[in-house]
Amino acid sequence: MQLLSDFSIVENVLIVRLEGELDHHSATKLKTDWQEHLRKHSVQHVILNLDKLSFMDSSGLGVVLGRYKEITEQGGEMVVCSVNNAVKRLFDMSGLFKIIRLAEDEKFALNKLGVAS
Amino acid sequence: MNNSMKLQFKSLSQNEAFARVTVASFVSQLDPTMDELTEIKTVVSEAVTNAIIHGYEEDPNQEVYITCEINEHVLHLEIRDHGVGINNIDLAKEPLYTSKPELERSGMGFTIMENFMDKIEIESEIGKGTTIKLIKEFQTTKTLSN
Repeated sequence: MQLLSDFSIVENVLIVRLEGELDHHSATKLKTDWQEHLRKHSVQHVILNLDKLSFMDSSGLGVVLGRYKEITEQGGEMVVCSVNNAVKRLFDMSGLFKIIRLAEDEKFALNKLGVAS
Repeated sequence: MNNSMKLQFKSLSQNEAFARVTVASFVSQLDPTMDELTEIKTVVSEAVTNAIIHGYEEDPNQEVYITCEINEHVLHLEIRDHGVGINNIDLAKEPLYTSKPELERSGMGFTIMENFMDKIEIESEIGKGTTIKLIKEFQTTKTLSN
């Protein structure tokens, strides 16, 4: 199964929804698409919704960490939501949850960023 | 139960999914839990990705080899490349260390393999290649065989 990515904007937040499998193969295109959306739209924050992500490995961690760095360098924040247990373990192992905030779902994520939904 | 299989495929990134799904499918005869299957898929993905990115430096004309052996309830997995080899294995195993930060690697590959498997052995020789040996015991079948 491939990776599908959906990008949408709510106020000053870019919402990235992933579906399928995020590995080294799919990470390359995701990075390009994600960066293009960050360039095109002047958003401050990013919400990463992993509700429909069925597989992720360390290549996925690399892409998420890369975009986290870009958005925080501009004074923004990244919130990850709807994370399954397998992906949670990877985030825990790498220490990513020490820097990236976690939310139950998109609504809570938007609340955390001060956007009323 | 004793069983084995071998895989050989080109060092193309689209084969990462093929490799992990195929190994997981072979391992399913051990009646693993969903968590165990995810762990197997993840470690295969990590090792194959390492072979492609680091071993072969993304040269698509090389081959990656996987051997999978089941002895009773123990899985022996070997992922081998004939690539450049690892210069410093201890350093490569350090969490968050990557030799290719420009490629946005997280440096978590070996840490994940160590966490998800019972045992890991890395054999590598500069200019000759790298073999990752992974061992995992499956609890569910152990209970059944007792």
